[in-house]
Amino acid sequence: MQVLTKSADRAGIAPARSADRYFRWLATGSALLVLLLLAGMLVRTTVAAWPAFSKYGISFITGTKWNPAGGQFGALPLIYGTLVTSVIALLIAVPVSVLIALYVSEVAPPRLATPLTYVVDLLAAVPSVVYGLWGLLVLVPFLTNHIYQPLTTHLSWLPFISDFTSGRNYLTAGLILALMITPIISAVSREIFRTVPAEEREAALAVGATRWEMIRMAVLPRSRSGVIAAVILGFGRAVGETIAVAYLIGGLPSITAHLLQQGSTIAAEIALQFQEAVATPIWKSALIGLGVVLFAMTLLINIAARLIIRRSERGVRG
Amino acid sequence: MASLKARHRRSQLMVGVMIAAVFVAVIPLLFILGDVVVKGISQLNLAFLTQPEPFIQTASGGGFGAGIRGTIKMVGLGTVIAVPIGVLAAVYTTEYRSRGPLATLVRFFADVMTGIPSIFVGIFVFTVVVLTTGSFSTYAGGIALGILMMPVIVRTSEGAMQLVPIMLRESALALGIRRWRTIVSVVLPTAAPGITTGVLLAMARAAGETAPLLLTSFGNQLMVPWTQWNGPETALTLQIFNNSRAFLPIQQARAWTGSLVLITGVLILSLVARAVIARRARQTR
Repeated sequence: MQVLTKSADRAGIAPARSADRYFRWLATGSALLVLLLLAGMLVRTTVAAWPAFSKYGISFITGTKWNPAGGQFGALPLIYGTLVTSVIALLIAVPVSVLIALYVSEVAPPRLATPLTYVVDLLAAVPSVVYGLWGLLVLVPFLTNHIYQPLTTHLSWLPFISDFTSGRNYLTAGLILALMITPIISAVSREIFRTVPAEEREAALAVGATRWEMIRMAVLPRSRSGVIAAVILGFGRAVGETIAVAYLIGGLPSITAHLLQQGSTIAAEIALQFQEAVATPIWKSALIGLGVVLFAMTLLINIAARLIIRRSERGVRG
Repeated sequence: MASLKARHRRSQLMVGVMIAAVFVAVIPLLFILGDVVVKGISQLNLAFLTQPEPFIQTASGGGFGAGIRGTIKMVGLGTVIAVPIGVLAAVYTTEYRSRGPLATLVRFFADVMTGIPSIFVGIFVFTVVVLTTGSFSTYAGGIALGILMMPVIVRTSEGAMQLVPIMLRESALALGIRRWRTIVSVVLPTAAPGITTGVLLAMARAAGETAPLLLTSFGNQLMVPWTQWNGPETALTLQIFNNSRAFLPIQQARAWTGSLVLITGVLILSLVARAVIARRARQTR
């Protein structure tokens, strides 16, 4: 045996074997690093946010005043703004995206479906700073002159929109967010619809269902959990979107039911204030704390969505 | 039950609603792209691509050369960081213990990481790099972009390697070739087009990032030399952001032109990515 090993050494096989081991370590190390990075992010930022967390305690989240100049750091108005803009975005984007996905996977001829998929994906390729620029310089003036002002003067009895102060407001931010999350919701839904076996569609059509009835009988019931996951993913994107919202929300943290008033979101507030806050330790720490809150929200949202997707994929396979 | 005619009409109506939904998404896209081209193209020239902004920002002339250089530097650094780690992690999840707990976790959390807000990654790099070194810097920006690119590269590389036929691996191993050698000389080259596509798409995404750079590379009015990495530097997106929030038409015009350059760059990267994969598909056919 020893002789064998020795001759193997001489033939250069042993170094090859250790090269095998090194390479494996390298790959394992890289895999671990990806996980450690995520853990490290949570720990490192929580530590940096600790001064703010320990000083304000639970009122950091429940406090209703976000006023850095006055030393007040209650993130509730920002959490509120984040949720309101994201919900507006979902209300618009979910039906639109699901309908697009249905059209592409169930109705459109393949020759049309493929380029259409590219075009919708293109919405995801537009950088958020461009959405912000376009939103601020084109969409805001348009909405102000042609929608918001006529609406508030003629239909001022409508709830939520009576009090109009600025074209940069919750609704405008929500509209742009809707556009930005449409590609992810429709792409994931599309993939989910594709997993429905062709036999089930054919069975529905064979018993005389129209195309829409086939979709309702065969496609939608099987895809429910997957589409929910797609919606949650879109929600996560909307919650974390920063720059476009920073342009369009106005940057005045507030809790109001009036959607045509200025507000702010967690991510937008970080982006708009950070460069100014760096010199003030508690302000800086509070903004990092906002980041931790945002991270926790999106982490939970994304874990939920991925678990649902994984389960529904396994269901299809199993 | 409704009459057959009514049911068909209902079905057609729903198809009509679907087509309407397509237009709801596509029309704003056309407006955005159209506005960027129309408002951006007139100021586009060589000086815009190579020169910094005029020292007095409200003056005319100059361009986003500093930001374009910054974006190239930072996306480049991000790629250099993210590609080896991302591809090696994907090697682990496909070539070693692909059904083991670590591979499952990596796959799952790589997916989760793609949904983490980019500004949070900026905060993380701020606390780790900027606070430690005491300065905003080009490499802090590059590291932030690298972290953002990593999960995308892990998942796309994994997909590409899974498509490599198991027979290729078996043939190599049967010839007595070592595992690592099989991976490096057989699996990775076969998967290269798919990996390249993933890397290019990740680069396109990174080039469009603004939020993490506000917290890491900060921005700079001056042109930073190619060789200097330890001080604040601007990026194309940062220049668009700063100029568009100013209210002077001349600055807004620069922001439009910058957007045109940015979108063109991003689209070229995406198109090249698709072309790489398409050529590959034709070859295998």
